[in-house]
Formats: sequence, structure tokens, C-alpha cells
Amino acid sequence: MPETETVHPLLSLQNITKIFGDLVANGNVNLDLHAGEIVALLGENGAGKTTLMNILFGHYVADEGRVMVRTSSGTLVDLEPGAPQAALEAGIGMVHQHFTLAENLTGLENIVLGTESLFARKFSRSKARAKLQELMQSSGLEVDLDLRVSKLAVGERQRVEILKALYRDARILVLDEPTAVLTPQESDSLFNTLKLLAAKGMAIIFISHKMAEVLGASDRVAVLRGGRIVADLPTSQCDRHKLAELMVGHAVQMAEREPGNPGEEILVFKGVSAGEGRELIENVNLSLRKGEIIGLAGVSGNGQSMLAKVLSGLEEPTAGAVTLGSQPLKANAAAAIQSGVARIPEDRHHDGIVGAMSVEENLVLEEIRKPAYQRFGLLRFNEIRKRAQEAIKAYDIRCSGPLAVSRLLSGGNIQKIVLARTLDQEPAIVLAAQPSRGLDVGATADVHRRLQEARDRGAGVLLISEDLDELFQLSDRIAVIHRGHVSEPMASEELDKKQVGLMMAGHSAKGEQAA
Amino acid sequence: MEYIDILLSANFWAAAIRIATPLIFGVLGALVCERAGVLNLGIEGIFVVGAMCGWMAVWLGAGLWGGVLIAALAGALFGLLHGILTVPLGLSQHVSGLGITMFATSVSYFTYRTALPKVSSPPRIDAFQPLDIPVLSDLPFIGPALFQQTAMTFLALAMVLVVGYVLYRTPLGLAIRAVGDNPSAVEAQGLSVFALRIGAIMAGSALMALGGAFLTMSAFDAFFFGMISGRGWICIALVVFASWRPGKALLGALLFGAFDAFQIRLQNEVGAVVPSQVFLMIPYLLSIIALVLVARKADYPRALLQPYFRGQR
Repeated sequence: MPETETVHPLLSLQNITKIFGDLVANGNVNLDLHAGEIVALLGENGAGKTTLMNILFGHYVADEGRVMVRTSSGTLVDLEPGAPQAALEAGIGMVHQHFTLAENLTGLENIVLGTESLFARKFSRSKARAKLQELMQSSGLEVDLDLRVSKLAVGERQRVEILKALYRDARILVLDEPTAVLTPQESDSLFNTLKLLAAKGMAIIFISHKMAEVLGASDRVAVLRGGRIVADLPTSQCDRHKLAELMVGHAVQMAEREPGNPGEEILVFKGVSAGEGRELIENVNLSLRKGEIIGLAGVSGNGQSMLAKVLSGLEEPTAGAVTLGSQPLKANAAAAIQSGVARIPEDRHHDGIVGAMSVEENLVLEEIRKPAYQRFGLLRFNEIRKRAQEAIKAYDIRCSGPLAVSRLLSGGNIQKIVLARTLDQEPAIVLAAQPSRGLDVGATADVHRRLQEARDRGAGVLLISEDLDELFQLSDRIAVIHRGHVSEPMASEELDKKQVGLMMAGHSAKGEQAA
Repeated sequence: MEYIDILLSANFWAAAIRIATPLIFGVLGALVCERAGVLNLGIEGIFVVGAMCGWMAVWLGAGLWGGVLIAALAGALFGLLHGILTVPLGLSQHVSGLGITMFATSVSYFTYRTALPKVSSPPRIDAFQPLDIPVLSDLPFIGPALFQQTAMTFLALAMVLVVGYVLYRTPLGLAIRAVGDNPSAVEAQGLSVFALRIGAIMAGSALMALGGAFLTMSAFDAFFFGMISGRGWICIALVVFASWRPGKALLGALLFGAFDAFQIRLQNEVGAVVPSQVFLMIPYLLSIIALVLVARKADYPRALLQPYFRGQR
């Protein structure tokens, strides 16, 4: 990049500090952004990335420090804090992780919202439409503008979000975890667009915790850890290990797979069918042994959720039988827990915890009737507190204490609550559905280690995942689920990723297209 | 058949529209509030306030349209109170709304008693009279059925068009619909969630108050205790029935008005055999049935009942 550009940033964050209670979300953060570059803001969950971007966009007011933006005349001026309108006018466009779109309006309506006088007597849409056509052509962000957002797919919604910023002539584009909800192909096309926009002189900053995309798409990486910038360097000087170390603060132990020591059969699916329509399983035969991990690979929406529901006791099979040890499994969630099924649900925010309840309450949720935690129907608060303190320590749950409200914790810490609650009961079977989805490196490594420990203790683990790396890293055997049918599990040493990928797309194990 | 005779009389349709008028105001008001994401259970009390203020203003010499204006302003004021409690303070919309209903009702009765401590029956005013529209009012059947209403009924019908136009044809309506679906979308586009919501609640409450004012200034000519008798609550149900659309809101209000008018006439016909309470029940029963049929598929404004706090995930 030219020398003058380095000296004259488009955006400059200076000494930003933001404190929530006892937590320093951002401490003395300095970051410059120049026209034409793509900067990745890398950090673990809870490192303060989103807080920083919310300060930039005026959702939060920083306790200290200033946000400065270059005006069109070339001088750096302070951005009015706490005013999204000011940020928009200064040319900052933000694509939030959770899209800020009204689903009852069309894409076009969402884009023009707030750009015209509220008290105009009617819409004038032809100009807006013409400008958007031009923008769509030059950026390659094609989307049907007249469709209600509720009818758009996730990738299309994101395009509407980016168009929103472009329509307001944004010079600085901020994207918060833009690939969290995208398929790999959609992610590739997003980064191509971003490169195109940067080449036209936009300054782009994207938040991520995925190292592959940071290395692949950015010019410069800023690493946040514990609310502070610990590194700010050109991407060309980075590699995976270095970034992981910077992010976590120490070398990361990636779980290495050691062969398991499988024992007798503990869980048997025999000709099990359940559900209907898109979410169904048909004639599933599967046997899980003690001390092994079976990986169930599949693109989501192929019946994994139904299989998990059956095993969790939430759904009764329409045909066939599930046997746990020697007992038939009852279609009753409480019975499933009692008979030793640990459930790590796919949607941890929704099904894993009760968000409004405290960490300690969530930790004992499944065991609340045991004498250890109740006497004569009254809760034993001291015991519950003691248990929570132990679990918080053992699982490194980052929270202000046992009474912290669970909803406000990061995804990784919520998953740790779920792990502590379920795995500490020494379950016979662990059902782990997408256990590392949306988690950062550190938290993912942690989940993997815990699952392996459960296996080594003698539990049978059923790992449902879309992530082939994860599946091959952990599983002793791998089966594939496609349109409700589950293939015969095969030893993971005998499979390769390409083969499994093809099976996930509906090809049979030997390569020909399945009927 | 006496039932057919009822349906064929112009008098019946005129009554149906008259009964529907306050409901049209009320359901439009509730619709505007809920489109912005706020349930306004203050509606029943705001009806009372509108009825009291409009009538009293006229009695004190404000003139009929002056009374209408004062009723609307009084309604907007209680809307502002509900707005402050539920929007920036984020309190429970149910609790605040019910509180407003009790408060507004009591304040109205209190004011009435303070102003008129000794009267046993309230003084009457010269209320709105049915308009005599050239040509239209003189049409056979259609004239007496549809066009011999008071000005406030025509105002209510005009309001259906106004609300529909604002919601679907102007940038303001776009913002109101957006803030009821996803307030962060509005905030991200630089608009104020609080201002939009409070504004919508005030406008909606003003409409509700007009529903009350119709009762004391057009349907009757004086203010009585208990005269609202659940009309506000009916509007809350009708909004769901209307799927938050002004046109359907009009339809719902008219249907309810028709049931009610039918019920009154049926009482005269077969009242000797069946107790009158059964007839009084019919419109409510029918509205429950209609709700069960319609509401299951209802497409609620997604952010309804959810307070918005800046920067919260």
C-alpha cells in the first residue's frame, strides 16, 4: 500500500476502553484502517471483538478513547459517540452477525428504510431501484429486491445487508462473523465480493475466529485477546499456529486421536423410523459400543435432528426399536437421562440451557431430584453452590460466578455448562450434536478433549457433525446420514474425506449414485 | 321468516354500522400500536377518557369538533404515559396497559364527580346528528342503511384509509412496520426506535379515545359510568382477527356490529322463550369462534411485547 495511505488512515480507533461491571471488554485498543485494505479482527469468543465494533457503530459508548473518521475533505474528526446515525453519515456500514432486517419488508424496503424523510407523502422507489441495480452489477451481489426478507435464504439476507451499506455510500464496511451462517461456497463468494470492494477503495474489517478465512482473505490481522490488541501484523507474516497461539495466549493442544478400546454393544438402533417430511429417519440400523466414538456425518437437514430426538427420548419411533444396554428406550426425556444418555444439543442457546436461569441452576438442572441436591422436596442451596463452584473451576466456565445469568455468556461458555452438567454424571452414552459449531479454537479443543475423556472412561459417543475435520479427528468409526438413511459405519482409517463428502451428497460408499 | 326480515331492514344495517364505529376507531388504534411492537391494554381506559373528555369539553362550550380534538389529545397523553413505561423503561406491556386502564378509568370518573358533584343524571349536550348527504341519503334502502350516519362514523371510515395509506404507502409506515418486526433493523438504519414506538402508541391511543368520544358525542349525548363495557377488549381481539391489516380491521368491526345489532333484534322476536343474557353473549361467543379459526394462523408482528434495549444481543 502507498506510503501516504499508511500515514492517513480512513478510520482510527484510539485508546478505546470499555468496562462492563468487572469485565474489561476493551482495554486501550488502538486500530487504524486504510482505504483499500481488508483487515481481519481475530479473537476468541469473549475477546471483545463485537464490543469494539459496537462502539465503532455507536451502539455502545466507550468509557475512554476516541473514534476518528476521515471526512471527505481529508481531516480526521471525532465521531459522535453513541449515535448510529452519525456512524452511518460518516460512511460506516455494519453487517451484524444477527441480521438487522425486518422480515416483513422486502429487501428494497429494508435498504431504503431510514434513507428518506419519514414524513414524505409517499415512496419514490425508481431512483433507489436504479442505484441498486447498478450496485448489484458492480459488486456481484445479486438478490431479488422485491421478495420479502422472510422468504430469502441466509446468504441472500447477508447480501441485502451489504447492499444496505453500499446504498448509503459506505467507505468503511464492518462485518461481524460474516461466515458463521454461510456454506463454504457462499463464504468463498462473499470474500470475492469483499476483495472486489476493497480494490475499489473501500476499507473493510471483518471479525472472525476462523483462521482459514483470516489467512485466505485478509491483508492484515489484528488479534484481540482479553479485550486488548495483542498483535497487528500483515497476514503474509502469519500462519495457523502463530495465530492460534496469539489468540489463546499459549500453544494450543489439538486433541490427537488414539485408537479406542471398544467393549460390548451399549446402544442399538434396529430398523428405526421416525418423523415425516424433511425431517425423518428411515430404517436406521446402528450399534454403538462402549468406549468408542461413532461419527455421523451429514449435511444438516438430512434427519440428524430426528435421530437425536429419538435418542433423547423426545420423539417416539414409528417403527423399530432402540435398545440401551438391555433395556428398550422409552420415548420420555426424563427416562433417557435416567438411563444414562448425556445430551449435548445442537442449539445450545435454546435447548442446552434455560437462558434466564443462573449458571448454578443450569448446572444441576438434570439432577435436581437427586438426594444430593434436595431434601424433602427443598433445594439444598449450599450443595448446589458447591457443585457449581467445582464445575466452574474444572471446566473453566468464564462467568462472574455461580449466580451469573446464563443467557449472557458466550457460546463457548454455555457449551461448557452443558458439558459439565451432562458429562459429570458419568453417562453411558453421549449424544453430541454439532458440539463445536460456532465455537473458537480454544473452546473447540476443550469440547474434543472432553468427548475423548468420556470415551476413554467407557462411554459410547455418538458425534453428529458436518465438520469433516472434526469427524476424522475424533471418530473411531464413521457413518453417513443422507435423507434419513444411515450408512454402515466404517473404521475411520479406511475412509478419506473425499469419500465421506461424496456420501454426504448422496453417493453410496462404493462411489455410484444412490437410488 | 323473521331472521330474513331483520337482515333485509335498512334499520338493521344502520345500527350495525353505528355499533361498529367505536370499534373501528379502537381496532385501528390497537393496530397502530401493535404494528410498532407494543400491546396497548390501556385501550379500555383510554376509551373512557375519550368519552369523558370529549363530552365534557363540549359541555364546557368547546364545540363538537373541539371536543373531538380534546378527546384525541387526552388519549395521546395516556398513550405517552404507556409509551414511556413500556418503551424506554421496558416494563411489562401487560401490566402497564392494565394499570393505564384502571388509572384512566378512575381519573375520568373522579373528574366527572368533581365537576358535577350533585347531579343524579349527567347534563346532555347537542351531539352529532346524522348527516343528510344529497342524493346518497335519499337512495332507497342504501340511503338509510349506509348514508344516514353521523360525521364521526365517516371520520372512522376515513381513518381506515388514512391508516392504511400511512402504513403501506409512506416511509413513516415502513419504519413503523419495521420497528414492530425487528427494532434493531430500525436502529441500524439510524432511526430512533424509541421515538417511532412512542409516536405510534400516542397516535394509536388518540384513535382509541375517538372511539370513546363517539359514544358520548354521537351514539348518546351524555357520559355514563360503565358505558364502555368491554368495547376496548373486543378491539384487542379484533386486531388479531384482522391480522393487523386496516381493511380486515374494518371488516371485523362491521361483523361484530352486525352480530350485535342482530342480537338486539332477535331478542325482540324470541325474547320470551330464551333469556336475554344468551343474546348478549352471542357477539362475544362468535368473536371467540372467529378468533380460534383465524388466530392460529395469525402472523404476529415479531417484536410484539418485546422491549428493545440498545446494544443488547
